[in-house]
Amino acid sequence: MAVRVNRIGLEPQVYKGGKTTLCAGCGHNAISERIIDAFYDMGVDPRRVIKLSGIGCSSKSPAYFLGGSHGFNAVHGRMPSVGTGAMLANKKLIAIGVSGDGDTGAIGIGQFVHLMRRNLPIIYIIEDNGCYGLTKGQFSPTADLGSKLKTGVVNDLPPIDTCALAIELGATFVARSFSGDKKQLLALLKAALAHRGTVMLDVISPCVTFNDHEGSTKSYAYVKEHDDPLEEVSFVPFFEEITVDYDPGSTQEVRMHDGSRLLLKKLEEAYDPTDKITAMKRLQETARRGEFATGLIYIEPDRDDFLEQLNLSDEPLATLPLEKIRPGREALDEIMESLR
Amino acid sequence: MSPTDLAFQEQQAAGRRHRVVNDFSIQVATVNGSGSQTANLVLLRSILLMGVPVSGKNMFPSNIAGLPTWYTIRASKRGYVGRKKEVDFLVAMNPETAKEDVLTLDPGAAVVYDETLKLNALRSDLTFYPAPFDKLVTPVCPDAKLRRLVRNMIYDGILARLLGIDLSLMDKALNKQLGKKGRAVALNSAALKAGWDYAEANLPKQDPYYLEPMNETAGKILIEGNTAAAIGCMMAGVTVVAWYPITPSSSLCESLIGYMKKYRIEKETGKATFAIVQAEDEIASLGMVIGASWAGARAMTATAGPGISLMSEFAGLAYYAESPAVIFDVQRVGPSTGLPTRTAQGDLLTTAFLSHGDTKHIMIIPHSVEECYTMAQDAFDLAEHFQTPVFVMMDLDLGMNNWMSDGFKYPDKPINRGKVLTDETLKKIGEWGRYKDVDGDGIAYRTIPGDGMPAYFARGSGHNARGQYSERPDDYVENMDRLARKFETARAHVPKPVIDRQANAKIGFIGYGTSHYAIEESRDQLREEMKVETSYFRLRAYPFTDELAAFIDAHERLYVIEQNRDAQALQLMKLDLTPERVSKLRSVLHYNGLPIDARSISDDVLAQEGYEVAKKNVRAGSSAGMTGGE
Repeated sequence: MAVRVNRIGLEPQVYKGGKTTLCAGCGHNAISERIIDAFYDMGVDPRRVIKLSGIGCSSKSPAYFLGGSHGFNAVHGRMPSVGTGAMLANKKLIAIGVSGDGDTGAIGIGQFVHLMRRNLPIIYIIEDNGCYGLTKGQFSPTADLGSKLKTGVVNDLPPIDTCALAIELGATFVARSFSGDKKQLLALLKAALAHRGTVMLDVISPCVTFNDHEGSTKSYAYVKEHDDPLEEVSFVPFFEEITVDYDPGSTQEVRMHDGSRLLLKKLEEAYDPTDKITAMKRLQETARRGEFATGLIYIEPDRDDFLEQLNLSDEPLATLPLEKIRPGREALDEIMESLR
Repeated sequence: MSPTDLAFQEQQAAGRRHRVVNDFSIQVATVNGSGSQTANLVLLRSILLMGVPVSGKNMFPSNIAGLPTWYTIRASKRGYVGRKKEVDFLVAMNPETAKEDVLTLDPGAAVVYDETLKLNALRSDLTFYPAPFDKLVTPVCPDAKLRRLVRNMIYDGILARLLGIDLSLMDKALNKQLGKKGRAVALNSAALKAGWDYAEANLPKQDPYYLEPMNETAGKILIEGNTAAAIGCMMAGVTVVAWYPITPSSSLCESLIGYMKKYRIEKETGKATFAIVQAEDEIASLGMVIGASWAGARAMTATAGPGISLMSEFAGLAYYAESPAVIFDVQRVGPSTGLPTRTAQGDLLTTAFLSHGDTKHIMIIPHSVEECYTMAQDAFDLAEHFQTPVFVMMDLDLGMNNWMSDGFKYPDKPINRGKVLTDETLKKIGEWGRYKDVDGDGIAYRTIPGDGMPAYFARGSGHNARGQYSERPDDYVENMDRLARKFETARAHVPKPVIDRQANAKIGFIGYGTSHYAIEESRDQLREEMKVETSYFRLRAYPFTDELAAFIDAHERLYVIEQNRDAQALQLMKLDLTPERVSKLRSVLHYNGLPIDARSISDDVLAQEGYEVAKKNVRAGSSAGMTGGE
């Protein structure tokens, strides 16, 4: 029997990573699996991928997917700057960063804010469980008002909605999903690979050890019950034909920069993810109801990314030969003369 | 008439007989934001154009407009470019400070001032040259809004006449300074002339200070250290720059932006062979540099002490994950915000061990603008060779002041990208591990994302030779010992000290960075005034090289001369040296925010050597002249 390969002839095995050391049932492991699927399905060459993370349970996970890709486990909350530097060095790389709600919302909020503003090409995933798992379950800044710790402590500060914040800051692809929703998460990850610019993907990913109990608003049970999908997301990559029939009246098509298409099937009410005001309004409404709006929340497919704005040479900066990066003698002579 | 006045008259008479030629300092006291910088640089450059060795130092406030600022220009036929403690010629333009500026002068100094300030009433042992600046500027500058700026050029004209600078040289310097701004050149030139004419008609020469043409500056450039470092970075092939504005380092990145836009755009495509990003803070700056270096760029940032403090965590990551990084620290006075616009060498200790755990870093220390240029290039080579952060320890005096220098030489060797794994090396070494020491020098081969070679996961957590996560005690120790070995290897690769051994000297001076100029001058003072010979060891890097111990062994007493309170380089030496050698070390410390001067060193050394005569050199307080003038 022939081994299954993807469009660039690589086997699924190539996209796997090391064995996970996270807790059994951790939502983060499901996200790692979807990442593996998405990169395989899209036929991304792992040698072009860089994996980045900060510190925390979530930030360990890049070791568990794409073992053939370079990775950098940076310091707490500072992965965006390391990722930015790497992409400046080599614009042909594909960057995926994995952070957590503490790594992003607390210590890393400063770098998060500026990453969103710059529209750097990177897929930035927040594995969001509302608590600090690695230090045994303290509240994080995304914990909902009134959510309860196992010890009975109630959170009395409002949460940071990373999606609303990202839209406000100018991010061009903002989505929220649930680690338990395989279909939606996979479609969003594939779309993320087709997007030009920053993808901010907040994935609710329950912490089975410290935050999966009654009274928590980030437990599996609570999330399943309060998940409010905005639309049914299907992704058609540029290298595939559309095989399903869809009704243009009930489905919105978003054309991605690389020619791929996102098909967003309307659910109860129409939702247009290309409209920033609609997006902000819907996030506020669902939050008021104590629900999570999931799916593609906001997209701006055509804005220039950070690297385009910098007008970088076609060849990556990292591999430019000496004659391109050291001006000639006449340049130095000219400078010296100007100083005499 | 008091005895002091008599003494003064004698001195005046002597002054007329004894001309002081090409050996004095001029201090211009103004208000910052008043456009005096142009006038000061024109004065500086016109002296340079006369062929007279000259240096300029700006003592400015941490403020945009309205606070006092002093610019000191020193002409020295012997080529001394360090700060001279005494002011010989004052231009008092700032009403706020004029009184104190005059009261602190040594007897015999000359003062040009705005006549409305009536400074001549303050002392009788100085030469006063009053001038009606407002009256002089009005006819040459009809536009009242520009008068404030043009007014300063009048003192240049007065000084030209009094000191003997050819007005055509001043015009030449003015053209150089203002370039193509034709109208501004015309206005300022008229102001120069007005000052000259006024002095010629109304201010007969009474002081002994003269400038006379020499031939010591042919081909010299005038440049700030920050600009020199920027040119060095460009010639080193820097590709990624991330920075956050902070005095006194900002002009390094800003001049780099200017040069890169001019010389590093691909002709064929119009695209940039570099990326320069103003980051959100110093933490992100170093994060970007580390990410870029890891992905194969030559990357740098520039900062000052507060930025160094912020970079601490990332510096540890770069050390432990072994990513190159070039960091310029243009040192200013700390602790904390300190004196942001004053100079110091106070970051050595904190930078040497920046970050927690057992961390240590390579530092290289330029003393001249030329070394800013060459060491910028060395820094990238060292950072990539050793896969570690390299700190270039400049200071405000070097970075932000104008220095005379020979033109810089074009680099004569290719760049060193260090040990990057290739197919060939892989065949040779067999099995590759990211942190495996195959050559015994502590430096492992690295691969670069996107280069198609085996991948690894860089991390700040514990790892083994293959780069895998590990908490095993033996893995940890093996890795830390290898890092220590790597640091030892660096001793032989960092810039060597520059040593001037005097065969009969019992005393050795050890100094670094901008202390150099005061040290050289102090050595001359000690030899000429006291017949005390000294040797001199100019330190250029940490880790220290083997030459240090040998130099100490060759002398009875060693003075480590530094611009900080805590004898930071001496403290670092204590960690390396035997107790016998440490016992020979003494300190000369200078930390008042002003650049160190020769007289302070000489006095301090003589006092420590037990010379009574040290008192002779202690300047008489200016108040003595005051009371005597009743």
